[in-house]
Amino acid sequence: MSNIEDLKTSVINGRRKDAKQITTALLEEGAAPEVLLEEALIPAMSVVGEKFKNNEIFVPEMLVSARAMKESMKIIEPKLIEAGIKPKYKAIIGTVEGDLHDIGKNLVATMWKGAGFEVVDLGVNVAPAAFIDAIEEHQPDLLGLSALLTTTMPAMRETVAAIKAAGKQLKIVIGGAPVTQSYADEIGADGYASDAASAVDLAKSVLPA
Amino acid sequence: MKYNALAISDPDKLIYGVSPNPVTTRHGMVIGGGTVYPELNFTLPDIKIEAASMPEVRRHYQQIVTEALTRAAELEAPGVMLEFETLPPMTEFPDFGMDIVKILLEGIETAHEKYGLKATLRATPNDNREFVRPPLMRSGRYWEAMLELFERSAEAGAEFLSIESVGGKELHDDALVNGDLREVLFSLCVMGVRDMKFLWDHIVPIANKHGVYAAGDTACGFGNTAMVLAERKMIPRSFAAVVRAVTAVRSLVAYECGAVGPGKDCGYENPILKAIPGFPMSMEGKTAACAHLSPMGNLAAATADLWSNESVQNIKLLGGMAPTCYMEQLIYDCRLFNEASKDGPEAALQLRNWLVKSDAGLDPQAMIITPESSVAIANAIVSSENHYAAGIAAAREAIRLMRESSESGCLKMEAKEAAWLDRMEDDLDDMPDTEEEFIEEMMEDVDTDKFVPEDYELPALALS
Repeated sequence: MSNIEDLKTSVINGRRKDAKQITTALLEEGAAPEVLLEEALIPAMSVVGEKFKNNEIFVPEMLVSARAMKESMKIIEPKLIEAGIKPKYKAIIGTVEGDLHDIGKNLVATMWKGAGFEVVDLGVNVAPAAFIDAIEEHQPDLLGLSALLTTTMPAMRETVAAIKAAGKQLKIVIGGAPVTQSYADEIGADGYASDAASAVDLAKSVLPA
Repeated sequence: MKYNALAISDPDKLIYGVSPNPVTTRHGMVIGGGTVYPELNFTLPDIKIEAASMPEVRRHYQQIVTEALTRAAELEAPGVMLEFETLPPMTEFPDFGMDIVKILLEGIETAHEKYGLKATLRATPNDNREFVRPPLMRSGRYWEAMLELFERSAEAGAEFLSIESVGGKELHDDALVNGDLREVLFSLCVMGVRDMKFLWDHIVPIANKHGVYAAGDTACGFGNTAMVLAERKMIPRSFAAVVRAVTAVRSLVAYECGAVGPGKDCGYENPILKAIPGFPMSMEGKTAACAHLSPMGNLAAATADLWSNESVQNIKLLGGMAPTCYMEQLIYDCRLFNEASKDGPEAALQLRNWLVKSDAGLDPQAMIITPESSVAIANAIVSSENHYAAGIAAAREAIRLMRESSESGCLKMEAKEAAWLDRMEDDLDDMPDTEEEFIEEMMEDVDTDKFVPEDYELPALALS
């Protein structure tokens, strides 16, 4: 008989097949899907995130865990929807107009998913208007903007300004090699994370508990 | 494979300032002819590049060329290479790029007339093809604009043409973060090699038509992305080191197509390449910390024919504008190399060895580009019958070098790094014998929506 701890361990160790099998078994045994999410998957990814932050593992190992969580989520998600349970936070993320870099942005999206956020990834080279359209469509709590070039930082500023001018109420956090906390303050963003590992803590700190 | 022997097979001959096939500029710089010259690279602060901001953009480049070359003359630099690496809108709209090319060329001529300074320009249009997703690698407005900028830059007088091309990058970023060596090999040695051939078969004729040099490409978006991720402890350094070795196979294709150097600064695979065709190479190291960190700041200089700073914003530092400050740093480094060379081959070799030894034992990425390792990896490449086999051979050689150095105590490697050597070796053991089989396997595995298979001569339809 499987238990929650087994599911958590399978995700931490990146064992996809086990994660899938244990999830199915636990649901058949009557476990509530939100319990699997809150007590196994999110804590598992939190452990993995801590290991990464402490330099005990590398990103490839973290992504193996993320994929194991994804296998489990494929089974859990429809049941959560059926039960009318929504993720606590919804986020949109994208790299600003004129910039094609997406490794950091993708990692932040993975970390946020691991923390139980619903994440809509708009990709790269995203114009301010496209961010606004996506905000209208998805009604997120949080927006993440990424830029890797000094010459695309102005697009970050324009995006924040356009969103505020459109009257959209959501938290905006930024990141990328040339970006700083001072720049975040200057353009009116709500926060800055220096790397993907700290992006979850940042998001939680700016969002209502 | 065009090259089946090494131009430099003795590691002691793989040294800064000297290459078997030097190139000479109009003003008389002989790159690879015994002197190391500074190569200055620069970029803008946070300015959006558009028609309205072009007067300000032009002012920045005017200031950069005037002040940096004045300082070079004051310090009696034996010569200077300026690299103009465009920002995306400058390639997308070649008129923007050409405005800057002209400013830089005029600045070079003014400094020559005024001070007798020998200077030259490398034009490096950035590769915008990935602005459409999936990228159109062989057609479309980004491709056309990039070729136009190459053509007009050469026509205007830029003596060297380079690029940091992106063919294969559609899959490579994911391959890096997943630590997937098979996908790295597919990106670099199947997709990358095919794109390089197509691209350089267009650039070399442009250079030849205008009597300038097709200088070379770099796997910056591949090897340096790996290096930066490793510096941030996101991927293992041992994995990044293997990626670096494999990038040499991709970058080599430019020379197979007729490029003659100097190879571009951010190609940390350049020591391996210098050993193969024997063309001069630009390198960057400690003086490029303004752009990115690296674990081989001294070692990178050991084989440099041009010594570069990669890129620095035109911002004010206490000593002056940043490009001018970096020009000074590069010149002092070059003075040291050239002074050692003046004292004879033994003195030059002594300095080179100090540069190597100060970094080589501390990081796998440094260790695999020492002169000895570079020659060993270069040998593995030229002994292979095709690029696919060369990629595997380069990876195997890099792993062997790291393993032996670690076991002998010459290389510091953490246990979690060393574990990746076994993992990568297992991946290589599972590689199929032929490229055809590999392509067939990978086209089943990879996300083919991310690229246009036809642009890489890959048989998507036949396999679907």
